[in-house]
Amino acid sequence: MSGASPAVADRLPPRARDATARFAVWLAICLLVTALLSLGGLLVGTTSLGRSLHWLLAPDAQSAIVLWDIRLPRTVGAWLVGALLGLGGAIAQAVFRNPLAEPYLLGTASGAALGVTLALLGSGASIGALAWAAELGMTGAAALGAGLAIVLTVALARGVLQTASLLLSGIVVGFLLSAITSLLLLAKPDLWRTMQVFLLGSTGYLSWSAVAVLGAAFLACAIPAVLLSRGLDALTLGEDTAQSLGLSLPALRLGLLAIVVVATAAAVAEVGVVGFVGLVAPHLVRETLTVNHRHLLIASPLCGGALLQAADLLSRWIMRPAELPVGAVTACLGGVYLAMLLWRRARNA
Amino acid sequence: MPEAAANEAPGASALACRELVVGYGERVVLDRISLELASGCWTAVVGPNGCGKSTLLRALAGLQAPRAGGVSLHGRPLTARPRRERARRLGWLAQSPAPSDLTAAEVVGLGRFAHSGWLAHRDVDDEAAVHRAMLATGSLRWAARKVSTLSGGERQRVHLARVLAVEANVLLLDEPTAFLDPPHQEDVARLLRRQAHGCGVAIVSAIHDLSLALTADRLVVLGEDGLVGHGSVPEALAGDWLSSAFRTRIDVVEHDGAYLWRPAVRSGAHD
Repeated sequence: MSGASPAVADRLPPRARDATARFAVWLAICLLVTALLSLGGLLVGTTSLGRSLHWLLAPDAQSAIVLWDIRLPRTVGAWLVGALLGLGGAIAQAVFRNPLAEPYLLGTASGAALGVTLALLGSGASIGALAWAAELGMTGAAALGAGLAIVLTVALARGVLQTASLLLSGIVVGFLLSAITSLLLLAKPDLWRTMQVFLLGSTGYLSWSAVAVLGAAFLACAIPAVLLSRGLDALTLGEDTAQSLGLSLPALRLGLLAIVVVATAAAVAEVGVVGFVGLVAPHLVRETLTVNHRHLLIASPLCGGALLQAADLLSRWIMRPAELPVGAVTACLGGVYLAMLLWRRARNA
Repeated sequence: MPEAAANEAPGASALACRELVVGYGERVVLDRISLELASGCWTAVVGPNGCGKSTLLRALAGLQAPRAGGVSLHGRPLTARPRRERARRLGWLAQSPAPSDLTAAEVVGLGRFAHSGWLAHRDVDDEAAVHRAMLATGSLRWAARKVSTLSGGERQRVHLARVLAVEANVLLLDEPTAFLDPPHQEDVARLLRRQAHGCGVAIVSAIHDLSLALTADRLVVLGEDGLVGHGSVPEALAGDWLSSAFRTRIDVVEHDGAYLWRPAVRSGAHD
């Protein structure tokens, strides 16, 4: 056709290597930040920074327990939860083709919390340090609740997968399921106090067994998600076009939503309801990188992990030696981010 | 180019539909349409707005389930073919493809989805097909740019490249010349002719511009009451199918062997 100069035509994607290089630099920066935040996670606590540093350099028996069995699983666990939420958000935004979709706003997190509450009521166990088998059971219960929530949300939005009505029904389902959780807990005042912290989202209970379950869930979600990423690329071209390319849309959606459900359930079962990480992480990635979905699904968990580690540090730092629920911190920061996002969209529209 | 196309004798029926009935809800858009679309032939679908051009193309592509009748691709029912095999043999271009944050090269690469699949890395054949398609449509310059930042015409050429990269032997294109300025429309027409005559591809495209449609090999003329006719351009002109389809006088003049639609300077035909 007219005018593709042969000089340009020689090589295929002329700037593809630049994009890959940018992605590599981005990953390096993200990992560096994560390393720094992890160090912070070891140092920040009820003791002074100087004392923590001394512990780190010259550990004794007691400090070893605080550092390696309390602070380290907490900071690793916070990363994994953030990563799961970042991944869940990135997938939800792509499947629903809605930039505001995320586990919290879709009601999935509330469904998972209801599942955990029912499991606790049924088993009489208390939230806190559980054996890994019990952690797994909690995750399963959370997954059932999250699955129920997503079915309800999609049914209420009448399967229309790309409109504002989806978000609206997600919020309705979220409120409804939260209300049921609250009613159940009102009947059990002894559970109410511990569950309050849980429902606000807290990284305080993360143990090594929780980290093991979270890590397994993360691998089980991230690997298939990255393998399915090309389908998500195709979906950005529209449903008809994706189908004409040889994609089975129902199977793709079902598989991806199952990943969102498992990711949300694992996160909620361990730390409760933590909102907005799933919204903010993919947005930050898209603002700093030109991404296809393979890159997005690799970068969003890394970004989400770092975000939740940072929020966890803040929650321990702001009111030292007391700590805030991490969910309250993410809700504040995420709420501000969402407001900015809406404001900017309204201005651009 | 496409291997399977070489096996098809030119003129053999590549895509056919029999007694096709398609509708949405209460409304029946296409009522008992039967067509035979030949390999090595560029067919333009013309007709007034809302007469069902897009619906026909969607139904032929298997994207819209018919209420009755069926579509067959190379003599076998479309629905009987596995999804990926169908996608390798039949390329489809939407009327207004959704804007995407992918780069142009990535979008064109998706045309190879049915060839390389989920896990397989794109191989040399895929890269070559993508390169050829982008070169043919003049979209190579934007390879690394986000599709959402391209102009309407540029985006259209990227999506056309995506369809060509499939290397299917049947192409269904809904308004492939939309958003293009006249010289580029002519480029696309030349490209489609070359694909049809040189590579034996069966091309069916909805074309809005009547003069451009008259440069095709054959016409499918749709009116509000269904199919007016399917035949060569001289047949269509002899039968005055266009006037019946548009329910107004359509004058076509011949100039240097080309048919041109002449807009009526002062139309007193209706209003």
